Order: sequence, then C-alpha cells, then structure tokens
Amino acid sequence: MFRTVKELVEIAESENILISEVMIRQEMDVKNLSREEVYAQMEKNLNVMEKAVEDGLKGVKSVTGLTGGDAVLIQNYMKEKTPLSGNLMMDAVSKAMGTNEVNAAMGTICATPTAGSAGCVPGTLFAVKNQLNPTRDQMIRYLFTSGAFGFVVANNAFISGAAGGCQAEVGSAGAMASAAIVEMAGGTPQQCADAFAITLKNMLGLVCDPVAGLVEVPCVKRNAAGSSLAIVSADMALAGVTSRIPCDEVIGAMYRIGKQMPSVLRETGEGGLAATPTGQALKEKIFGMSVSKE
Amino acid sequence: MKYNSVFDIIGPVMIGPSSSHTAGAARIGKAARNLFGEEPKWARIYLYESFAKTYKGHGTDFALVGGLLGFDTDDPRMSKALDIAKNKNMDVEFIEESAGTNHPNTARLIIGNDTDEIELVGISIGGGKVEITELNGFELRLSGNHPAILIMHNDRFGAIASVTKILAKYEINIGHMEVNRKDVGKEALMVIEVDQNVDDTVLKELESADHIIQIAKIVS
Repeated sequence: MFRTVKELVEIAESENILISEVMIRQEMDVKNLSREEVYAQMEKNLNVMEKAVEDGLKGVKSVTGLTGGDAVLIQNYMKEKTPLSGNLMMDAVSKAMGTNEVNAAMGTICATPTAGSAGCVPGTLFAVKNQLNPTRDQMIRYLFTSGAFGFVVANNAFISGAAGGCQAEVGSAGAMASAAIVEMAGGTPQQCADAFAITLKNMLGLVCDPVAGLVEVPCVKRNAAGSSLAIVSADMALAGVTSRIPCDEVIGAMYRIGKQMPSVLRETGEGGLAATPTGQALKEKIFGMSVSKE
Repeated sequence: MKYNSVFDIIGPVMIGPSSSHTAGAARIGKAARNLFGEEPKWARIYLYESFAKTYKGHGTDFALVGGLLGFDTDDPRMSKALDIAKNKNMDVEFIEESAGTNHPNTARLIIGNDTDEIELVGISIGGGKVEITELNGFELRLSGNHPAILIMHNDRFGAIASVTKILAKYEINIGHMEVNRKDVGKEALMVIEVDQNVDDTVLKELESADHIIQIAKIVS
C-alpha cells in the first residue's frame, strides 16, 4: 500500500502503469474485489457527478438564498462573449460552481474529497472532456487518479476544513484535479505529482471561514478558484515545469500550516469572511434568534 | 492509516450540503438504528457546538432522523425525513446543548421503543466519516463504516479468547478491536470491527461462548 506520493509515482514508473492503475489495483487488493466491481462503484460516482453538473447548469437556488444561479450566468456569458480566460477555463469554473450550488441546494453530489469541495474534480473533468475526448473508461480513471492523490493527503494531513482550513478541502480537491488532468492529457506519473504540488502550493494558508457556518459563501466560488488553478497547474506540468519542493513536502507543509491555524479560521463560522459586517448580518438574517443566544 | 479506500476520498454519494453535518449526521443516525436493532419509536437528540449552532441550515436534523429511518447518505427521501418520521408516529425531539464537548460536531442520541432504549454519542470527523464514541455509558471508538460486532460480556478470564477463537475459526479478520468495562469483574463491552459482514451462525456460536451476555451486529 502506498503511503506517499513518492511511493505512488515509483510504483507507477517501475511497473510502467498509470497512477489510476496503481489505485485500482490497491483497491481491488484491500477490499478483495474484482476489477469490474471497483469500476462499477466508481462509475456510479461518475454518474452522480455528471447529473449534478447538469442540474447546476440548469440553475438551482439554496434554501437560504445565499447561493445558486452563478453557473448559469457564466454559461450565458460564454455564449454571448469570448471569455478572456478561454472557454475551457470558464466551462470548468461554471461546472465546478454548478456542482457546489447543487450541494448547497441539498441536491445529490459525490463528496470529492468533501461536499464543500465537491466541484473541482467533476468541474474540470466535464470541461477538459470536450477537448481531450476521453473514453468512459478514461473518465472513470480520472477519478481513480484524483483519489490516489487525495488518499495520500487524507492519510498524511487532512481533507476537512474543520481540521485544516480550506487549503485542506478545496486545496486538496484542486490539486487532485490537476493530477488527473495531466494523466488524461497523456502526461507522466511524475508530471501528475508536479501538477498536484503546484496547485497545493498556491492554496497553502487558505482559511475556512464560511458565512453563518454554511457550505455556501465563499465555498461555491472557492471551487471556481480550485478548478481554474487545477487547469493552469496541469498545463504548467505538461509544459515541463516541475515543483522545486517535492509533492510530499508540500503536503507536509499544508499539514503544519493547518495545525497552526486558529480554530476561528477552521469552519466555525467565526473568523474571516464570516466575521465581516455583511457576513454577520447574513447570519442574523438566516438564523434569526439563535444568533443572540451566543 | 486513517483511510484505506479510494471511496473514502471519492465519495460518499450524498445529499448536500455538508459531508460532516449532513452525510455524517445521517451515518450517526443509521449507526444508532443498527445498534438498537430496529426502528426506534422515539428519539431524543442532543446537539452540541457546531451541530447545535448550524443544524437547521445544514439539515443535520433531518439527516439524523433519516439515519434512524434507515436511509443511506444519498437517499432522495432524506430532506423529507422529519415528515416521514411524523407519519410513522416516530416521536422526535431535538435539544440544543450549550455545554462544550471534545469534538465540534457531536450528537447524543437516546432512542427506544416501549420496552428498550439505548443512549449513544456520535461525532462527525470530516468527509462523511463518523465515530460512535459512547454507548450506554461505555466509551468506545466505532466508525460505523465497517461491519462490527458488539459483545456485552462479564469481565472474566478467557472471555475475549473465547470470542477471538470463534472468529479465527470462521476466518473473520479483525480490523479494530477494543474492550471497555464499567469496573473490575463487572459488565464489559467488546467492540470488534471486521472486514466482512458476519452471518447468524457465527453470531449464535459467539452468543453461547463463555461469559457472553448479549451480542449486537452492525452491518456496514
């Protein structure tokens, strides 16, 4: 069983297989399942992601009214204008946000690795898909590659905002997506690791400060940041840019930063954006009397 | 290793908005139902800290009840769980606690029917993973993600050996095991998380082992 990204890349290189294949074989081994069973379970997750993206692009609204509809605005903008950052980029951003808008509206999503960061992996997948034209098999592999890197983060650091801030959540999700894009685009296992490291480095220190403690503001737009950064880092790695700090050391840095982060900035809804005058006013509006009790 | 499956990372499929406040809450509710062994007729649910402050916005309340009704994290009926419970005459009460706890996302559930009740504490640790940390006054650590056997026994020599011997005979692998007792020589609880579901013949044999009082099974 691999514990580090270094081990993960070494297994892939020495056996001349993809990162996704390393993850598939490990899952079969650990759970004592056939390849077909492992694939079927992941395909179910893929189908849920696809449906969530579709629902998000149709337009949804959360119970509180704080989020919803932004994915539609971006898709409309793409039809009317040429986005400065390109169609693929804005497509990924809108699909990532759409997924999280569905989540905020209590729709069905697949946590990747959490609900609050569930947009980055599917958002990038269903945007990159239009350019790379992957088979269904390659789309399922995209999720195994993402999962392989997330697996290392979860076991060596953390993946929840309450434990390590948003760097642990959207930071991990965006970095997982980077690695998966690289594999789908034909990059090497080491390039997957470099892309992962570049994204996570640029997410270090990101706090978890949701308004009213809800998975809405700024979570939806942070998924836009995670997915766009994922594509930029993947392109950099595919161009041959490497991370000067090895991937595992970046994960270690993320862990230490999370440990040093005060609890008001770890999903308690007490610091950062949640503590702004507008953040406080929104909280009072949503929870009414319960605010005065605290 | 805290996580051993890719589906801990890519998954669970769930009703939003929060893996810890919604999916985790549903799993705590379902673990409680499994521990009780049937659908409870009533439930008193105490919420602490973050659960107490934000449960309505996150749907923690309907998710906990959805779990008590046996719903999985992705059950489309989840957001209607409170109404469904009402129609079934399940009496549910939520109590917001102001006391502090060790973990920000904590719920204490007391559930029962006309004759029996159980009390347990569940925490939601992130990404939908949960732990049951207390059962009827016993401290324990149970993830609810794996099948488990809970064995009430008398704190005597050989009680544990008699159980593990039977599990070994049926080639059942133990993933995590702990033993907790109220006092020396008194009632004790064995919690054994295993890799596969345990069938009834094994349970029957365990029930008749030395010093065993009662057995409950949790299927994952």
